[in-house]
Amino acid sequence: MKPVAFDYKRPASLDEALALIKGNDGSTKLLAGGQSLGPMLNLRMVQPTLIVDVARLKELVGVAETKDGVTVGAAVRHAAIEDGEVPDVANGLLRRVAGGIAYRAVRNRGTIGGSLSHADPAGDWAPVMMALDAVVVARGGAGARDIPAGRFVQGPLATALEADEIAQSVRIPRLSPDAKWGQVKLCRKPGEFAESLAVVVIDRKRRAIRAVVTSPRHAPTYLAGTAQLIDGLKGWSADAEQKIKDAVAADLKASKLVGDDPYRLQIHRVTVARAVREALS
Amino acid sequence: MTQVSITLNGRTVAADVPARTSLADFIRDHQALTGTHLGCEHGVCGACTILIDGKPSRSCITLAAAADGSEVRTIEGFDDDPLMGVLRRWMNEKHGVQCGFCTPGMMIMARDIVARLPDADRSRIRLELTGNLCRCTGYVGIVDAIEAALKERRTAR
Repeated sequence: MKPVAFDYKRPASLDEALALIKGNDGSTKLLAGGQSLGPMLNLRMVQPTLIVDVARLKELVGVAETKDGVTVGAAVRHAAIEDGEVPDVANGLLRRVAGGIAYRAVRNRGTIGGSLSHADPAGDWAPVMMALDAVVVARGGAGARDIPAGRFVQGPLATALEADEIAQSVRIPRLSPDAKWGQVKLCRKPGEFAESLAVVVIDRKRRAIRAVVTSPRHAPTYLAGTAQLIDGLKGWSADAEQKIKDAVAADLKASKLVGDDPYRLQIHRVTVARAVREALS
Repeated sequence: MTQVSITLNGRTVAADVPARTSLADFIRDHQALTGTHLGCEHGVCGACTILIDGKPSRSCITLAAAADGSEVRTIEGFDDDPLMGVLRRWMNEKHGVQCGFCTPGMMIMARDIVARLPDADRSRIRLELTGNLCRCTGYVGIVDAIEAALKERRTAR
């Protein structure tokens, strides 16, 4: 239960950090809060030769609010979002999600950019950022580029980041004042990785209706047909619930992510339906 | 090797340690403070919870190097802490300690709950404690103790 031997560097600037990961062949790992990397190091699932600690880089810890939304530095910790230190431009969704990540002792160290970059399929932020149409700002040697959240996570533990890029911040658009959301996690115990995690955002003014679901088994995925159905719903009813569950099943079948596993299918149908119900209530 | 310098329970300590040294191992093996317990060593059980710059954190999955320059407080650092005194009294009164292995982490979290959430009710206490496992399953006494400490402080204010 001890990591392999590695070197540790804590660069003083983002440019210095980028220089350290230039030509990275995967043997160098970035460290922010370390709440996912730490366990993986201890279990030797990751055996890096160099750790580059970016948690304190001033380029990664800023928060800037505009009329369009908020840009949150990648190394901003979950607890800061939970405690309302970051403007919640998503009508309370950001605080809800942050407060439900693992445990307080983990949230005190874990970071939003670290969670997104690690891309654990059961991670809390990726599906939310997808549902909010957020953008990850990545910095590499050649400069900065925007990666829409919907294209950022490419599979379990796989992102659109190159090995020599660093997620610098997340740009989260502001929801309309009357936009609604629902978020439902299914865990045997609070703080565990969710067996199913569903996020639904209904922002009619911005014509943005999103339903996203994820689980430890597959990357977060948009449910396009379900979102379309939600758009047409007048309110919650037993009939609406059944239609949503059918739409989720159809979307998942088309995505081929869940296969024919009836349990996986059922828990996704239930969490999405509950999230829609929360959003409509 | 990496140079690590932290303030540990009010005392400045510095050492050259292998970069892979966890903060927990630094505290236990290099500083001989064995009140911080190692249970799972992957951030699940909560026994190793300590304060880093005043905030409960898992010392088993935090590198000592990453805590360089921080203020670290372990269970040994609360002898004169009034709130911890209240919690100690109630843990005794409510039989919150069985084998004692989880107790250091439980005490750090209990103190954080009482300080951060003065109006927490029983279900909130249980929710906040989900990251700390007691293999004796003695949760009722621990939750009772935290609830009693919160009530005592609410009455006093």
